[in-house]
Amino acid sequence: MAILTYREALGRAMTEEMARDPKIFLMGEEVAQYNGAYKVSKGMLDRFGPERVIDSPISEGGFAGLGVGAAMAGLRPIIEMMTWNFGIQAYDQIINHAAKMLYMSAGQFNVPIVFRGPNGAAHMLAAQHSQTVEGMLTQVPGLKVVTSCNPADGYGLLKSSIRDNNPVIFLESEMMYAMKGEVPDEEHLIPLGVGSIKREGQHVTLIAWAKMVSRAMDCAEQLAEQGIECEVIDPRCLRPLDEEMIFNSVRKTHRIVIIEEAYQAASVGSYIAEQVQRFCFDELDAPVMRVANEFVPMPYAENLEHRVLPEVDRIIPVIKQVLYMD
Amino acid sequence: MSSKGHAPDKSSGGKQSSKQDAGNAAYQDKSWLLSVYQEMCYFRRFEERVLQAYTTQKFAGFCHVHIGQEGLCLGVQKALRPTDYMISGYRSHTQAIAKGIPGQQVFAELFGKATGCSKGNGGSMHMFSKEHRFLGGHGIVGGQVPLAAGVGFAINYEKKDDIIVCYIGDAATNQGQFHEALNMAATWNLPCLFIIENNRYGMGTDIKRTTSIDHLWKRALAFDMDHGQVDAMNIQKTHEFVSNVVANIRKTKRPYLLDAICYRYKGHSVSDPGLYRTKEEMAEWMAKDPIIQLGDFLKKNKMATEEELKALDKKGKERARADEDWADEQPIPPEDQVWQNVYAD
Repeated sequence: MAILTYREALGRAMTEEMARDPKIFLMGEEVAQYNGAYKVSKGMLDRFGPERVIDSPISEGGFAGLGVGAAMAGLRPIIEMMTWNFGIQAYDQIINHAAKMLYMSAGQFNVPIVFRGPNGAAHMLAAQHSQTVEGMLTQVPGLKVVTSCNPADGYGLLKSSIRDNNPVIFLESEMMYAMKGEVPDEEHLIPLGVGSIKREGQHVTLIAWAKMVSRAMDCAEQLAEQGIECEVIDPRCLRPLDEEMIFNSVRKTHRIVIIEEAYQAASVGSYIAEQVQRFCFDELDAPVMRVANEFVPMPYAENLEHRVLPEVDRIIPVIKQVLYMD
Repeated sequence: MSSKGHAPDKSSGGKQSSKQDAGNAAYQDKSWLLSVYQEMCYFRRFEERVLQAYTTQKFAGFCHVHIGQEGLCLGVQKALRPTDYMISGYRSHTQAIAKGIPGQQVFAELFGKATGCSKGNGGSMHMFSKEHRFLGGHGIVGGQVPLAAGVGFAINYEKKDDIIVCYIGDAATNQGQFHEALNMAATWNLPCLFIIENNRYGMGTDIKRTTSIDHLWKRALAFDMDHGQVDAMNIQKTHEFVSNVVANIRKTKRPYLLDAICYRYKGHSVSDPGLYRTKEEMAEWMAKDPIIQLGDFLKKNKMATEEELKALDKKGKERARADEDWADEQPIPPEDQVWQNVYAD
């Protein structure tokens, strides 16, 4: 297995898929000559040329819509959002057009497209550059929403997202682009909708996705020293969601803490909490607990940003609470 | 009303050029003219039946009809090939029919029937046909314009010589996505014909009250895009003008913005009483009615008598009635359709 960074793994996934299928193209701000704002598309212009790796104007709604139209006419676009905060400009095309085309046309026009880019807080980027979008986008029928927490998952899931015949929201993270990890040398696809158990344990389930998985792993590490074995599960895809994996883990540990970089109301975490209480009610030995962002716009100052995000020092007390350790 | 067009200039690759009066060389072919006359009558009668069905509560939702704008719809359609694409906004019943969707399927769609062109998932605003390359019927004002740019992109990517026609309401030219899409189309030479159906009102608001320019073709100037204006109440002028534009787009790949001057006789939607327009203004436009204009031309040039024209209109009326009768008999969608086509396999 090769050791790749997360950005290299995503670049490899796109490159392999574009080599396989000439109908795939990549468009976004700075993806071509600049090699990508975060260098995910490094080398792709040289490899595929300007017809297939295209620098867009700063018009997120416009080029997202261009991608949707191209998909309706038979192409398979990958549309890069420099950040999902800018992707909000394209919500009309994503929500009103991409997600609904197949249904409105009764199956005549599917939209095989990937909208990808970094999601959530990075480091001291303040309120307009630190948002997560999965809460809203998982509420839209017709979209698939995919996250990943390491290079191997990013590679396998991005390849599957590109091959999917639906609009896929692929959420990355600035904080993860330099993360290194083993990626299989041979081609490797991870089906959408299948979660992953990142650490086995019998005392409590921690569910997290994207960069919150590493927070959960840090908590598990610390608590293991006190004899507490956390099971860390990553659903990876938030739509479709691997509910069986979640329920099976709760049936095993009887306790669950949901960790998400999002606001608590109407979020993916609130949906998971509802599903767990509904389908695992008799299995639970403690209330379903959640750790999420404080309900404020993201402040700039480093200490304040940490205070808003779900950090280890805020998560561990909640885990202890469901274990009745306090 | 003369056609104050900026026709494609052959010497400069299609940039603005001298004004031309397309009417001077109007189409003279009798059988062609009679067939478009009949189709315009059919479209008028179709929309009248739609209106009646809506007001008698045979169906619900929103309903926007095209009465008065038939000349543009047909004048454009007759300039296209079957493989050309078309996309439109929420006022598109007859555009869908012109593009090839059988009128009975459009009527069935309005009635929410299983055999509608969108199987009852779309309704008045969302007519679709992959077979006929009609890419909807869209309900978000201006949202279809980037989609059209995407189809243009795909045409070039696949090295085809089709074009896409994108209908836009006059008021949609104030949407950001319209500008973003036109910029991309002009920058990348996407074979798109953007047609502003300029009936002068965005719902109940006179375009002059919301727009800083006096002519909407000026929007193209910002993108150095070929552009022109046509009297879309006259199908002969429209057809000739658009035929030239389409040929030029096919050849040069340069997109084009057409300001098509027309008028809708009915309200924005059926629920709109139209209190923002004067009777005088409406009468002035209705005197330029596309069907009357063509009828007068046919009579003046001894191509048809009043009786023959009436017979053609009657045929259109019967056809529209047959469409509605067919739609009446169709089954409603099965309940399990609710869960179909949310995701593709």
